Amino acid sequence: MSERGLFVGQGLDRVDGRLKVTGRAPYAAETAVANVAHAVIVGSAVAKGTIASIDTRAAERSPGVLAALTHVNAPKLPGAEKKVGPVDRRLQLLQDDAVLYADQPVAVVVADTLERAQHAASLVVVRYAAQDPRASIDDHQGEAFKPASLGPRGEVDSNRGDADTAIAGAKVKVAETYTTPAQNHNPMEPHATIAVWQGESSLTLYDASQGIFGARRKVAAVFGLDPARVRVINHYVGGGFGCKGSAWSHVALAAMAARVTGRAVKLVVTRPQMFAFVGHRPRTVQNVTLAADATGTLVGVTHDVVSETSSFDEFVEPCAVQTRMLYACPNVRTRHRLVRADIGTPTFQRAPGESTGTFALESAMDELAVALAMDPLALRLRNYAETDPAEGKPWSSKSLRECYRQGAERFGWARRTPKPRSMRRGRRLIGWGMATATYPANQSKSSAVARMGIDGVARVQAGSQDIGTGTYTIMTQIAADALGLPLERVRFDLGDTAMPETPVSGGSQTASSTGSAVKMAALALRDKLATTAVADKASPLFGRSEGSLDFVDGAVVAKDDPKKADPFGAIVSRSGQSEIVALVETPAKEDRKKYAAHSFGADFVEVSVDEDLGEVRVMRVVAAFAAGRILNAKTARSQFIGGIVWAIGFALEEQTLRDPRTARVVTRDLADYHVPVHADVPAIDVISVDEDDPHVNEIGAKGIGEIGITGCSAAIANAVFHATGKRVRDLPITLDKLL
Amino acid sequence: MEPFRYLRAEDERHALAASKGATYIAGGTTLVDLMRLGVMRPRALVDISGLGLAAIDADDGGVRIGAMARNTDVAVHPVIAASYPVLSEALLSGASPQLRNMATTGGNVLQRTRCAYFRDPAARCNKRDPGAGCGAIGGHARMHAVLGVSDRCIATHPSDMCVALVALDAVVRTRAPSGAERAIAFADFHLEPGAHPEVENVLAPGELITHVELPKTAFSARSHYLKVRDRASYAFALVSAAVALHVDGGVIRECRVGLGGVATKPWRSAPAEAGLVGKSPSVAVFRAAAEAAMKDATAQPDNAFKIELAKRTLVRALVELTERA
Repeated sequence: MSERGLFVGQGLDRVDGRLKVTGRAPYAAETAVANVAHAVIVGSAVAKGTIASIDTRAAERSPGVLAALTHVNAPKLPGAEKKVGPVDRRLQLLQDDAVLYADQPVAVVVADTLERAQHAASLVVVRYAAQDPRASIDDHQGEAFKPASLGPRGEVDSNRGDADTAIAGAKVKVAETYTTPAQNHNPMEPHATIAVWQGESSLTLYDASQGIFGARRKVAAVFGLDPARVRVINHYVGGGFGCKGSAWSHVALAAMAARVTGRAVKLVVTRPQMFAFVGHRPRTVQNVTLAADATGTLVGVTHDVVSETSSFDEFVEPCAVQTRMLYACPNVRTRHRLVRADIGTPTFQRAPGESTGTFALESAMDELAVALAMDPLALRLRNYAETDPAEGKPWSSKSLRECYRQGAERFGWARRTPKPRSMRRGRRLIGWGMATATYPANQSKSSAVARMGIDGVARVQAGSQDIGTGTYTIMTQIAADALGLPLERVRFDLGDTAMPETPVSGGSQTASSTGSAVKMAALALRDKLATTAVADKASPLFGRSEGSLDFVDGAVVAKDDPKKADPFGAIVSRSGQSEIVALVETPAKEDRKKYAAHSFGADFVEVSVDEDLGEVRVMRVVAAFAAGRILNAKTARSQFIGGIVWAIGFALEEQTLRDPRTARVVTRDLADYHVPVHADVPAIDVISVDEDDPHVNEIGAKGIGEIGITGCSAAIANAVFHATGKRVRDLPITLDKLL
Repeated sequence: MEPFRYLRAEDERHALAASKGATYIAGGTTLVDLMRLGVMRPRALVDISGLGLAAIDADDGGVRIGAMARNTDVAVHPVIAASYPVLSEALLSGASPQLRNMATTGGNVLQRTRCAYFRDPAARCNKRDPGAGCGAIGGHARMHAVLGVSDRCIATHPSDMCVALVALDAVVRTRAPSGAERAIAFADFHLEPGAHPEVENVLAPGELITHVELPKTAFSARSHYLKVRDRASYAFALVSAAVALHVDGGVIRECRVGLGGVATKPWRSAPAEAGLVGKSPSVAVFRAAAEAAMKDATAQPDNAFKIELAKRTLVRALVELTERA
């Protein structure tokens, strides 16, 4: 299955690129739906308490208003509290008077135009019985409690060997606290839902979603519907990064508004609301201790994590998971704890755990290298894990050593002078830093269908989502190669729960999960075409054994006589059917369980820091990644670069700040919540290290959407230390921390 | 957004006659944003884009910039780029090309603060809702002012352009609904918040900014704007400095120092200027002037760093300016 195809691997342009750049790719809120009304969510002004009274009379009298829903008049939903999975969240659906966080939905106003709905929403008068909220977990570490689960990320705590004893007796130690701020995903496309009921028990949602099947399960549960009667459609996503992986309150509120008004209803979440009830990356406080002998060999590691969660749900940022497996060390203890605050429930955000966790671990490794007077790269090589230290399994593949080598060589790492403040250019201090990147190769059950029509065109479908990563393109490449078809004779479609079920586009698993399903469906279709041909007396291939056949340019051909060819369309045409169909459901590869599967990488970063003014600029990044088979060199590079741009924001800019007294977010827009702009992003040199992984899955791909952000923020922080001699352990590294 | 009436004025007289109870709209880059947030709720808008106020006229006496001249056009105007570089640099350091193409000179003079508490109608703000209290004091105040503050308001004036204009002795030309014209020195145009943060400038109701004039001075041509911020572009200043020097015979004969990002209004620092005049340019002189500039600063815990940063920024701006010439 690891043979090279014609298209897989090539840096082909996105098949949907032209539609996107010409504005003809409709996003959820742009779907043309007849007679659509507009809903606007009114958010709570306070973060904790109850609604004492709510007056919607002025709103209801306002022109064009169809409904003003509050906890007083909203329909009671049978499954409002029902959880549909281990990481499901409690929604705020106007079912009671409780206020649990600022900007929580407390009313929904529906009108015939958006402007009228917005105006009427401003006329809703809410009085609160408010209590003092908790905005931050920082002063409440003593309340830390053990969460019930780490979701899909394994055990909450881990213990191997005896870390405390090993650390106590060690020669060299680093024990520091690293903190990362709350962050918000802020995809360009805000969350949006259009809800259309067909009668009482059938619902269609056009929803900006990373997981249409999960959204279907959730909304069906909330309204007590048969999931088969709920259809979720979403052909294009303007970024997700994790916040669109769950169906948040607004999805069900749109459906509620549509049911009450008897109209199709469109609800678009505003940018300020994007900071409130669609999840965020939680603040983390991480204590890391590394102990080594005089040669730099790690003898003991502990990583204790406290992250924030809401007052009503548990979400854990699994920061210490990579510490269990990244370096060979016999004595490792990790712990995850939570502290509650009066905030919306946090959620998965690009590389949850590894983004935040590698900042702490890889900063600490740099500090250990300084303490040992050792090159940071040499320290990592000294502790290279040849097998998975967490589970003792062999790696499905691991090319981290090659990432270090190629990255260091391209960057010129050997020319680094180890002393901080030893490199400068004019008034700017220059610093070089590096770090290790890692992310697990996830895979979930998925399915796909492939159809061949009499026109010789393959129509391949999988529910799935393309969250901007290039899913349409790579699936087309995979199907074309599996079928032996040119690209223009493959139509791949996704984004509809009427298509075969697939997992959420999260955890960098769409390519591995759904890519495997698409490949298997295409191969199954190919085999059906061959079977049909050899059984057909009218076929030039009649009576041949299937092993003697090949698939070339849209035809089944005899290997020993290429002139004997039966085009796919002709096979279907003679079969008497309108199409030949193969539907495949793929579990994860059985073989895979014997291995630990992760992507790895190495980041090398140069920063410059204005010595007087503290301004940090990333000057260049060289990053080498080994992530199994690269399916499309161009979209893969974009994914890696995108992750690194996120790491620049993570290290230097992004933070969601809440007022300490009101717990309202004060960074409510993209002027106050900084993400990198073009001028912040230097040339990023990405090296894709070739890696053949026969074990990980059918297509040999490990997933590339998230690894880019891991490690790199620590590499930047390490470079800032090298430039300035100042170790900043509290992100982001804003200039005031360097003055 | 509140419902509002909209009138596109045909000429100045028409605009002034329609001004009662209305708000003028120029490029709309501040006003429309704040209307959408529910922070500004004008009952009527009078659009002044058709008034023919977009011209930039230069002669021997200086430059006369129409109130509707776009930031981009002002920034790249050859006379301004050559003879008033601080203004060109300030404009180009602000916002984004798209915003600069919309934003106007008059509108930017009236730019409202970016204080997050002002911009969130659910937060307390004396500027938006007089008497409601100040959310920023005791809240998140990293971006806030340390000069010209009061116990009612510490909101920073966000404009880059205005910091340059205060250092260029600019004059704001206005016309009142009565037809009366006024010339207001730029340093007198904006007001510190004091007890009334809701009053931000000396304009009377209906009074229309028609032009901003730049006089010809000995120091304008040797001027510079330096902006320090949290990212390389598209960010408001943490600190900025607009500096202009007339050096003759190795001695600073005349100078101007404007500071941005640290004050409640475009800040001209008389103490800094006093520290520079009559001295030979040197880092020590610059540093002493910077100390004088920030002597009366009052910080919150979050923005205390701005005091030292402002000093360093001012020194750097002066060093860069003297190195350049």
